[in-house]
This record gives sequence, C-alpha cells and structure tokens, in this order.
Amino acid sequence: MTPLPLSEYQSAFAQALNAANPLTVAPELAALVQQPGFAVYRNTVLKGCIDALQANYPAVARLVGDEWFRAAAAEFVRGNPPERPMLIEYGEEFAGFLAVFEPAAAMSYLAGVAALDRFWAEAHTAADAAVLDAETLAALTPERTREVTLIPHPAARWRWFADQPVYTIWSRNRGDGDPAADLEWCGEGALLTRPHAAVRWTSASAAGVAFLDSCAAGHSIERAVIAALGADPKADLASLVHQLLSVSAFTALAPSTSTESVS
Amino acid sequence: MNTNTAVTAGLGLKPQHYEAASTCRAPSLWFEIHPENYMVAGGPRLAWLESIRTAHPLSLHGVALSLAAAAAPDEEHLRRLATLVRRFEPLLISEHLAWSQWSGAYRPDLLPVPRTKEALLQVAANVDRTQEVLQRRIAIENPSHYLAFESHDYGEVDFLAELARRTGCALLLDVNNVYVSANNLGYNAAEVVDSVPSDLVAEIHLAGHSTDAAVETLLIDSHDAPVAPAVWALYERLIERIGPRPTLVERDAEVPSFDELLRERAQAHAILQPLREAA
Repeated sequence: MTPLPLSEYQSAFAQALNAANPLTVAPELAALVQQPGFAVYRNTVLKGCIDALQANYPAVARLVGDEWFRAAAAEFVRGNPPERPMLIEYGEEFAGFLAVFEPAAAMSYLAGVAALDRFWAEAHTAADAAVLDAETLAALTPERTREVTLIPHPAARWRWFADQPVYTIWSRNRGDGDPAADLEWCGEGALLTRPHAAVRWTSASAAGVAFLDSCAAGHSIERAVIAALGADPKADLASLVHQLLSVSAFTALAPSTSTESVS
Repeated sequence: MNTNTAVTAGLGLKPQHYEAASTCRAPSLWFEIHPENYMVAGGPRLAWLESIRTAHPLSLHGVALSLAAAAAPDEEHLRRLATLVRRFEPLLISEHLAWSQWSGAYRPDLLPVPRTKEALLQVAANVDRTQEVLQRRIAIENPSHYLAFESHDYGEVDFLAELARRTGCALLLDVNNVYVSANNLGYNAAEVVDSVPSDLVAEIHLAGHSTDAAVETLLIDSHDAPVAPAVWALYERLIERIGPRPTLVERDAEVPSFDELLRERAQAHAILQPLREAA
C-alpha cells in the first residue's frame, strides 16, 4: 500500500485523536487506530490540555472540585484546543465558556472567578517594568495633571464586578481566608499587580477601577479623577491614588494621548 | 560528539525546585528546561532562570517545534527559541522526532511520524531551518512509541543517522524511550542501543516509566518514577561502548524532593565518572 502523503496522514491522525466515534476515522488510519497504543496518544493529548487548564484556573478548580472541573475542561478542550505550545497562555476563552456553560448556571460568579485566575497568569508572565513612586506624582503641578497620564504597570490587571463579591470568592480560593465563610453579597473590584516576582492582589473600589480604566485609555490624570468621581461622587481621591501607588499599579508618567478637553 | 559540553549528569528543572537549584553547588551539575515554559514577556520564571544560569549551565529541550510535521517550523516559535538561546547560552539544544502542531492547533504530546523518504526530506529541511535560525547544532531525540506502522521505510536509528548525515544535527538518545518502545512494539532494546552510531550521540536521557492503566502489556513513558533497573543496565551498556556523554535524569510527575533527584542524578554521574577519568 502506498503510504499517505505526510500532510494527509497528519490531518487524518489529528482528526482520529478527536473522533469520539471510531467509524468517522479515515480508512488509512484504521490500522493505527485499532491498536491499543492509539488510546495512549488520545489520552495524553486530552490529559495534557486539561492539566494545563487546571493549572491556569486553580480557584475555579478549587470551587467546583476536581471531578466537575475536569469534566467541564474536557468539554472546553474539544471546542477550544490549544493553538500555541505556551500552555501558560491556554484557556483565554474559558471564562466566556463558563458564562454560558449550562451546568455552571447556578454559579453565576464562576466566569468572574475564571477571569481573575486568567488575570493572575497574565500578571505572572507580563513584562518586567519599573514602578512609579509617590514622589514623582507628588511633584506634579496642577497644570501638569491635565497634560500627563499614569501608565498602568504591564502586570496590572483590574475589573469591577457590579453585582457579586467575585474578588472575595476568588481570593479565598487562592489561599486568603476561609472559602466557606459568609459573604456580603455586593459588587466589588479586583486589582492584581506584580511589582517584582510575586503576583499580589487587593480589592478595588468602583472609583479605583474607573480611574485605572481612564489611565489605560491614555486620558490625563485630571480626566481620570473625573471618571473616578463619576463612578463614586464620594470617593476620596487622595487615598485612592495613594492606594494604587502603594500596590505598584503604575509604571510611569507619560503625556496624555487623549486630546479631548475637560469642561 | 559535541566537545564543548560538560560530560556530566544533569537534572530536569522543576519550578518547585527553583530555590534549591539556584543555591545548589553540586559540582558540574547542569539543568534542562522546556523552552516553551519560558517563552514569556517577563516575570519570575525568567528571573529564576537567570539566577540558576549564573551557577549552572543550561540545556534547552524543546517539545513543540513539531519538526516531523509536513510544514516548516513556525517562524515565530523559532524566533522565541532563538531569543532564549541568545539570552541563556545553553550548552545543548534539542528537540524530538515528532509532531504536535498542525492545522492551527497544538497537541501537548509527541505524535508519531511514519519514517518514510518523504518524512526524511521534510524533517531534514526543518532541522536545517532550525539550525540556520539558531546558528547552533541541535540534537534530535527518539520519542517513545506506542504504534506499529507498516509504512516505515527506515528503522528509527537509520532514520536518525541519515538525518544527522544530511543536516549535521546530533542525536539525543533517550534510553528509557528505547526500552518502552521495544517493549510496546516487540523488539530488542539492547540491539537498538548497540546500533546507535557513537559519534552522533550528544546527549542521553534517562527517566522512569509505568504500566498503562488500561492495557497491561503497554509501558508508558510517564516520567513519574525513578529510572528502572533495566534502563540503568541499558545505559551502562551504552556508556561502556560509546564513552561518557551528558546525561539527563528526568522527572515530570510525582516529583520528589530536590535532594532525592540529586541522588538519582549522582547515580548517573557515578557511571560516567570512571570513564571521564580514563578519557
């Protein structure tokens, strides 16, 4: 029998790895698929993907338990195989998958928890950068705050969760406190940073998240302040900025890239 | 043989051992890493590697270049690999005779290739391209086998030797993989080990294996146990014939303490040492 061209062999082999039904396997592959060793490849590929996902989403896995997680992960892997070999990046769509995953419907916070696990991995591997210190900011004149913006540190990640204590659920399942303790069911924000080696996290206010969003969009400090006050008119801006600086949320000052004036 | 290589035993580097590895002063210890785990923009992984690199040489052992795919290696992946090579100046660089990347998806495994004339041309072109980009000689490893192919034109050693002749690449002989494959496909492991051309072997791998949970006649290259006595015996037989070569002890699952891995590494070191002194 003439061997299959290499490219056709690979396409057929790859398809057979995924095929739940052996009847759908290309006939040229039948001699391989019927050997007991074929299952070794099938199992290794699936296990490798699920293991990677579990490593990247530890708080989700802890919340739902090993068995539930691996069953959900197997379903995710079928529709979203890794595209690239850097498995620390794998699973970008997992939070979105969980948001519409029927068995997770009763855990409406799960997708948010997955988003924070994802933030952790991104912060862990983000580029190294200097941390902006409070003195540099304190030296700015009021005029300059209309012209410059604060550049978020490349490792900084933040999000506001309007209706659920997602940050508390997540952090308790990453080793902070008791996962079974009572929760105050209200909105909260999360901020992850990595000034040096270790990823750190803290809760963030709605005003803090609005401030960071505005800075990330390249708006001036003055506009970021207005955005923060828009989110919470009672926010204490001085302590908010102090808190963001103290957790190394910014890397540098730069000219504002937004030309829109504030009036 | 790659003469600029320290002919000693090394260990696969695990994240849980970063601190122990960076402070360990065992003489002539080197570490092997999977470069894919360090293809990141920044952060502690690269920082640890920098720190360990100041005390110990490194070997980069890729698992994802997919050299046996019917396509050229991904240029972006090669570029990232070249960046790591420039930064960490590894003593050895290696990859596998296998594929994993195809049609836009990556499969975390070393998938088998029929060793045909077409495959030889393709893999040789891919090794050429890799060596051209890296400006380094690479070594190619024999993976573990679980399937019998009717379409092979070459035996594995003949294929790898011909690949080396065409590209100038070296061989990374994984003795455990020879043992596992010989068991699974029903051939004699010692005959395979004896047939490997001595001058092509730049590195040797040793690892543990396990029995498949479903099929008890299959051995799995699981890297979750100490090196088996039969694999040590094959290794000694090989070293006796070809002389000392850099030897890696791998453990990727059920990873024990760093000290326990150092003891297993010392076992390989002890087999190499008398021959190093005699050389």
